[in-house]
Amino acid sequence: MTPSNLIEARPAPAAKRRGLSWSSREGRAALYQIIAVLAVAAVAWLLVHNTLLNMRTRGIQSGFDFLLQPFGFDISESFIAYTLTSNYLVAYTIGLLNTLKVAVVGIVLATALGVLVGVGRFSGNWLVRQICYVYVEFFRNVPVYLQLLIWYLVFTEILPDFDQAWVMGPVYLSKNGLSFPWPVWSLGHSLALLGLVLGAVLWSVLARRAKAEFARTGELPRTWPKALPLLLGLMVLGWLAGGAPSEWNMPKVGEFQIEDGAVFSPEFLALLLGLVCYTAGFIAEVVRSGIASVSLGQHEAAASLGLSRAQSMRLVVLPQALRVIIPPLTSQYLNLTKNSSLAVAIGYPELVSIANTTLNQTGRAIEALAIVMLVYLSLSLLTSALMNWFNARAAIAER
Amino acid sequence: MKRQAQVLLGTLLATAGLLSAGSAMAGKTLDQIKQRGQIVCGVNTGLAGFSQADSSGKWSGLDVDHCRAVAAAVLNDPDKVKYVPLTAQQRFTALQSGEVDVLARNTTNTLNRDASLGLSFVGVNYYDGQGFMVPANGKIKSAKQLKNATVCVQSGTTTEKNLTDFSRANKLNIKPVVFEKLEAATGAYFSGRCQAYTTDASGLASTRAKEAKDPKAHLVLPDLISKEPLGPMVRRGDDEWLAINRWVLYGLIEAEEYGITQANVDQMKSSDNPQVGRMLGATEDLGKHLGLDKEWLARAIKATGNYGEIFERNVGPSTAINLPRGSNNLWNKGGLMYAPPLR
Repeated sequence: MTPSNLIEARPAPAAKRRGLSWSSREGRAALYQIIAVLAVAAVAWLLVHNTLLNMRTRGIQSGFDFLLQPFGFDISESFIAYTLTSNYLVAYTIGLLNTLKVAVVGIVLATALGVLVGVGRFSGNWLVRQICYVYVEFFRNVPVYLQLLIWYLVFTEILPDFDQAWVMGPVYLSKNGLSFPWPVWSLGHSLALLGLVLGAVLWSVLARRAKAEFARTGELPRTWPKALPLLLGLMVLGWLAGGAPSEWNMPKVGEFQIEDGAVFSPEFLALLLGLVCYTAGFIAEVVRSGIASVSLGQHEAAASLGLSRAQSMRLVVLPQALRVIIPPLTSQYLNLTKNSSLAVAIGYPELVSIANTTLNQTGRAIEALAIVMLVYLSLSLLTSALMNWFNARAAIAER
Repeated sequence: MKRQAQVLLGTLLATAGLLSAGSAMAGKTLDQIKQRGQIVCGVNTGLAGFSQADSSGKWSGLDVDHCRAVAAAVLNDPDKVKYVPLTAQQRFTALQSGEVDVLARNTTNTLNRDASLGLSFVGVNYYDGQGFMVPANGKIKSAKQLKNATVCVQSGTTTEKNLTDFSRANKLNIKPVVFEKLEAATGAYFSGRCQAYTTDASGLASTRAKEAKDPKAHLVLPDLISKEPLGPMVRRGDDEWLAINRWVLYGLIEAEEYGITQANVDQMKSSDNPQVGRMLGATEDLGKHLGLDKEWLARAIKATGNYGEIFERNVGPSTAINLPRGSNNLWNKGGLMYAPPLR
């Protein structure tokens, strides 16, 4: 391939020799790898084998059969109903859903707050800049465990008792948490939700078509005047089709606490606020560094095209900053999810809390913790996969 | 190579909570303790009357006294004990892995724990039952009134399941808020987050006496919803060590029955009662059956007093915890404390 009149920078690679021969470099490399894998596997096997052997000789029962036994303890917050005979798998699922609840809501809120604070550090207003700076330095540098305890203290010490709750219309805030009205769920609500999803799908189709139009003609047609009514219409249609349910479950003052309605418990709120405030501090720094990585020339170029400050931020700077932002942002999302396990300190029944109780009821310490590790690993890998996909989309499209 | 592999594995397994094979064979615990010159005793992180460290780091309590008595019997010095404070979750793993020699941490004896953990219960050093504490100014006077109430509870205990059983049996729909640490659970109750706090009645009395700002502002409800026989545990497979712990516990109960106290143990050695002579090693040598010398029980009594003295000193009516003797009285005084004869 190399033209004969050029001097080679380095010798051309020797022709590849197939097979696992000691004399070939590839062969040796492959052998080393196989040996390494075997060694790791052997150590893992020995560990598991020896542990099981020791447990057997000491009469410690082991195995995952306990998962099908009824768990028989109450869990204060649960998305799914359970009965006297529900097994430990159900208990773990309840814990997982509670973890996901705080993780998903937390990630959304922390991102919003973090972006706000991060962008705020470039504000033209001195006061806004300083507030954002102090926010980041304070929340980033106080251990999250302490923050959780402080938030929980705020909720349980400072808020009034349930019978003197702060009332804002139908909303009650007290030591019982935040109680608010919630529709009595029925078919109409499920159909309305279906309408919302359908509307969102149609919206994205319309948006894609508008983009194609823009590429063809250079004119960007507005999507929302068509899409928004479509979305709302579908929702109303679903609601009407389900018999237009209008019954609300209103909170009211009961004998010991605010009863009925939907409630965010003080444990959930303290955990959410603690995680959001802490993680937002880091996200703000991630966003700041992302924006700072976009060269000043880009700002100037955008300005010279006649874009306003906000426009140049939204259309020029942020899309480029995203490439720097997304990978460390992923880490922050993973951290938030994993930090939710600190909730055992303040009594929120998430995965680790359920696992702790399970461990003590069944005595299967290794099994109970192995499940928790597996779940967190799966959650983290799933989050990473999603963010990698997003990262690939945000990457520079090379032409 | 093989030895290296074993060393590596041992290290790794120790971190996983399990020592490599061979460290806990029968009879080994006593030898290890003698060699080490110290008993390692797993205790509660802080439960007044049962195990609590004072400001100078000195431990005291009913459970602590078990370890002290055993140390006096085995090592001739009640202070040769290293205390390892353990949370409810850590306790069984710590004992299984050999981190502690004996677990004296107000642990309830249940079938599941006795049969499936590779551990054995030594006996009962406190007969307890689960109860509730509520603010005294409220209208709750019985546990059956706790309908729809929120109840604070510590995780990793038999309490959680008892609470659920009670709630379901009486259709109360009680909501538990579960905390990992005792202080967090009691803290949430005192702040008003929960309408009641539940644990063993002895724990309630201890919390009420030591942690409440005004103990009179809190009421321990009369209902007991479970049986909680608390006692020390040891690893299975070392019956000699189990026997030592068991007979120190029995010996102190028997000592109360025969009126042997911390103060009079030396005079009692010359007692005319043949049973007392046997127990204190004046006539017969019972210690040799346990692998100890004949003064073992005399030393234990001298260190902690008999069971009645231990009770009075740590949790009895003269202390802040103020628990009545009740079920924990001797069998011939209307209680359940009954030791098999020492002979």
